[in-house]
Amino acid sequence: MLAGCGGVQSALQPAGQEAETVLRLFLGMLAGACVIWVAVFGTAVYAMRVSPQPHREQTAKRFIFWGGIVFPVVTLAGLLTFGIALMPELRAHGGGLRVAVSGEQWWWRVTYEPSGGEAPVVSANELRLPVGERVELMLDSPDVIHSLWIPALGGKLDMIPGRTTRLVLEPTRTGTFRGVCAEFCGESHALMAFPVVVMDRAGFDAWIEARREPARADAADAAGERLFLQAGCGGCHSVRGTEARGVIGPDLTHVGSRLSLGAGILPNDRSSLIRFIRNVEAIKPGALMPSFAMLPDAEVAAIARYLEGLE
Amino acid sequence: MNRPLDDAEDRERRNQQEERLRKVWAAPRGWRYWSAVNNSEVGLWYTGASLAFMLFAGVLALLVRAQLAVPDNDFLSADTYNQAYTLHGTAMMFLFAVPIFEAVAILLLPQMMSSRDLPFPRLSAFGFWCFIIGGVFVCGSIFFDAAPTGGWFMYPPLTTDTDQSGIGADIWLLGLSFIEIASIAAAVELIVGVLKCRPPGMRINLMPLYAWYVLVVGAMILFAFPPLIAGDLLFELERAFDWPFFDPSRGGDPILWQHLFWIFGHPEVYIVFLPSIALAAMIVPTFAQRPIYGYSWIVLAAVGTGFISFGLWVHHMYTTGLPAISLGFFSAASEAVVIPTGVQLFALIATLLLGQVSLSVPLLYVAGALAIFIFGGLTGVMVAIVPFDWQAHDSYFVVAHLHYTLIGGMFFPLLAGVYYFYPIATGKSLSYRLGVVGFWTMFAGFNATFLPMHLTGLLGMPRRVFTYPADLGWDWLNLFSSVSAAVFAVGVLIVMWDIFRPKGHQPYSERNPWNAGTLEWVARMPPESWGARCVPLIESRYPLWEQPDFVRKVDEGRFYLPDAEEEKRETLITTTLAAEVVQCLRIPGPSFLPMLAAIGIGGSFILATFHWWIAAALSGAAGVAFILRWLWTGTAMIPEKPEKDIGLGATAPLYQSGSNSVGWWAMFITMLADLTAFSGLVFGYFYFWTVHGAFPPVGSAEPDRFWLVAAAVGYAAAWALTLLSVRANANGSAYAACASLVAGIALALGGTAALVFAPSATGMDPTVHAYPAIVWVLILWTGIHAAAGVLMQAYVIARTAVGLCTAIYDADVRNVALYWHFMALTAAVTIAVIGLFPEVSR
Repeated sequence: MLAGCGGVQSALQPAGQEAETVLRLFLGMLAGACVIWVAVFGTAVYAMRVSPQPHREQTAKRFIFWGGIVFPVVTLAGLLTFGIALMPELRAHGGGLRVAVSGEQWWWRVTYEPSGGEAPVVSANELRLPVGERVELMLDSPDVIHSLWIPALGGKLDMIPGRTTRLVLEPTRTGTFRGVCAEFCGESHALMAFPVVVMDRAGFDAWIEARREPARADAADAAGERLFLQAGCGGCHSVRGTEARGVIGPDLTHVGSRLSLGAGILPNDRSSLIRFIRNVEAIKPGALMPSFAMLPDAEVAAIARYLEGLE
Repeated sequence: MNRPLDDAEDRERRNQQEERLRKVWAAPRGWRYWSAVNNSEVGLWYTGASLAFMLFAGVLALLVRAQLAVPDNDFLSADTYNQAYTLHGTAMMFLFAVPIFEAVAILLLPQMMSSRDLPFPRLSAFGFWCFIIGGVFVCGSIFFDAAPTGGWFMYPPLTTDTDQSGIGADIWLLGLSFIEIASIAAAVELIVGVLKCRPPGMRINLMPLYAWYVLVVGAMILFAFPPLIAGDLLFELERAFDWPFFDPSRGGDPILWQHLFWIFGHPEVYIVFLPSIALAAMIVPTFAQRPIYGYSWIVLAAVGTGFISFGLWVHHMYTTGLPAISLGFFSAASEAVVIPTGVQLFALIATLLLGQVSLSVPLLYVAGALAIFIFGGLTGVMVAIVPFDWQAHDSYFVVAHLHYTLIGGMFFPLLAGVYYFYPIATGKSLSYRLGVVGFWTMFAGFNATFLPMHLTGLLGMPRRVFTYPADLGWDWLNLFSSVSAAVFAVGVLIVMWDIFRPKGHQPYSERNPWNAGTLEWVARMPPESWGARCVPLIESRYPLWEQPDFVRKVDEGRFYLPDAEEEKRETLITTTLAAEVVQCLRIPGPSFLPMLAAIGIGGSFILATFHWWIAAALSGAAGVAFILRWLWTGTAMIPEKPEKDIGLGATAPLYQSGSNSVGWWAMFITMLADLTAFSGLVFGYFYFWTVHGAFPPVGSAEPDRFWLVAAAVGYAAAWALTLLSVRANANGSAYAACASLVAGIALALGGTAALVFAPSATGMDPTVHAYPAIVWVLILWTGIHAAAGVLMQAYVIARTAVGLCTAIYDADVRNVALYWHFMALTAAVTIAVIGLFPEVSR
């Protein structure tokens, strides 16, 4: 049953060091819990239904002392020690890549800060990580409290206005997973997710080098770019290499190459782009971006084609 | 003892006694019925209203489940869903789980102690009316699409942003603050009830376990709710007046709210859970037909649980990025609470092991509760382990866990209690068949709804989402949970039908139908309004089993207070530990004043929601006027004679003041709660100090020291003069007493003016930064308390002037002096914190 389910967002199919450790911890606790439940409730049922004769008080005293005090003290002390001992290891610093992730209503601003002193790379709504390396995620938020959770990789950590929190993840296998916001953050809290792609180091390096490049839209889409700028999109969005330098909304420099749209809620294709531009309010209620339903269909389609080409 | 009387003469005398008691304690009829204040009426209303709110919140849960039945559903909009889930949690916690404890305790506690009522029946009635007004206001908001949407935990900055949270957040803050005040009022009533209204001989170690739990839970309410009230105050000041307590851009911190909320929120869980153990501790011995085993273990464990529950709140904040050392400490405390909790359950099971168990509907519900609660406890052990919680937190695993603890630890035991105690409350029995069918339907529906949610959560489904995409492995699990929720609802309806169905033609229950041993089962069928035919002398924990001829003696009125000669409502007040008689307390009867006072005070909260400040102030003033009238006409009344014969050859005074009086205890306990709320604000001040490098911030204006000293002198003098007036009054010089109170009023007002002037003089603006804001809020708190203190001083002057407060009958002035001790402490702490701490921290 555990293996049969979807899996990209499952803590039961771990792909990270923390998630693996926690799954083992959980399975151990689950086994213990089952035994204890059967023993305690079994005793209650025995006392209510089966037991024909009243027991002696000595038995009852032993039952409370050993079962109610000694056993839980010993078990819980052991479990607690084990649990606390895990923490330093799970949150140990990483040495290399740092990624600043800012949770914003209702999307993710992602800034890669490689260790080598190279310039940071700004992206959005998608996280790429190299496999087998400890990556530090520096989390914050400019608006309300969010929480970043990638169940397949590890636990969650809140993103709190006014402070920076630090989550360390170590993916153990490549693949595409899904992260979400886990702290209620307003009307469209449910619509705040992102794909997480774990790649081998070479693939990651190649990917991030490609992200350094400014946008290279096909020449044929010059019309789309013009319409994009005319409609004022650049007031909120950046497309590097163009006049669009807004920082309020997600960076769109390479939006065409992303795995999803609208913070992990729509497939990245032209029809979704068109729907999103025309009717944000229906897709993501409460979002800051206005719906551009007043634009002629042809112009929206041209903008969508332009964005699709931003790879 | 009583001299044997001629049978007929004796019977005649007893009949007359019963007639008089019946007449004195009869509930008012017709529309005046709603002026009743007696615990048997108020307790029933309270219970019924809590159950009604539970059904309302249950309907919201069904809406939530309907929305989540399939992926990408558009049955509810995001906003409506957020209103529904917020109100579901809010109503279940604030309008059902806590109030039902108080409701049931108000209904049952007096009978368990053969007290004719609780010491302040009008306070119970006031609490009930506050509850119903606040509850309807908060719940009704959803019909105007104006319900809160920020979750029952209301985390800022989402909820301090007035654009995103709208009026719903104000409704939540003010409506619930109002209900919390009612909860504290009921807690004060119940604590004083347990401490002072026990029957003679019922030493504290003989009292029923239920009373112990009421004491523990009452004390927990006293210390848990005030921090939330303090938090609500800060929150509303930020929303309405832009004082930036939670705004990081102006020195505030959103995490402060999380601390204040969970310092309340976690004890709340045990406030909800312990009363259910209390019900089980009454039920289990009856069906084991033997006394509870391990009475003292249970008491110690309950007290221990209460204490530890105040040290766990951070386990709701494991994912906020706190240092590992704090997490380790709170993880340990969270596991430690398992032990006293386990001891209580084990003692119940041990009692069953020792007895000859007869099965019954109440015991069935207790068994179901155990099955569910133990499961919830075990998942609780899991989420208390920090690394596991990082995964489970805010996922459906936690939704499953909390419903297992609350339904198993609260709902099923409550229904066990309802089936068990129903005859005492109404005289009728509930149906065996409906009880059993309802149980199994609920038990199956509940487990089928919530068991799969553990898996849904581990498969990655976060909480509080109004929709989710298909194919993440949650589709079938969610559908199954939603269908099962409907089954659970059917079970609840079966039981509710059993409770509320008309029972006019059904015969009365037989007397003591379960053959129980505790005092409440001495009740006659049909029940009498008097609560106790007479107040017995108690020598055992199970008097009906262990004291010979007990029921006959009670029926014949052969103990204390068998009569109401003066046709006044009376009950006995005893000492706190040994339960020796200290007073025959005259209790006020039916009155609309508590209802009117609740309408006035409630109106002020409701009007403030809409920022209609003047109307709110007028309504509040009307509420205060009604309260003053109620106090004036119903408390510390001078009796027509100093003492009376209470039977068995004993006499008891009719008036007490100081620490022998219930009023003094109520003041003392209320002020403990008040001081706790104040501590919450002081905590806020020092919390800011811990999160800022320099606090007060470098270069910020500080309160003017001269005016602070002037305020300190003014308050100290007002306090001293109040104490002087007690002494002057006791010496018989009413004039001197009044004169010193007048001077006290002048100095208190002067001190308040100086205190307000201190930050004004240096231009401290509370909207600029969290520092001036927290200074101002301490001053505001102190100023409001000084105003209340002045009102009390004026009240005593007026009572003295008309001869209602005299050298002998001096409860009023002594209670006011007690208030002023707390007032002086509050002022001293405020002035020391805002005046001295900046010097120290430099």
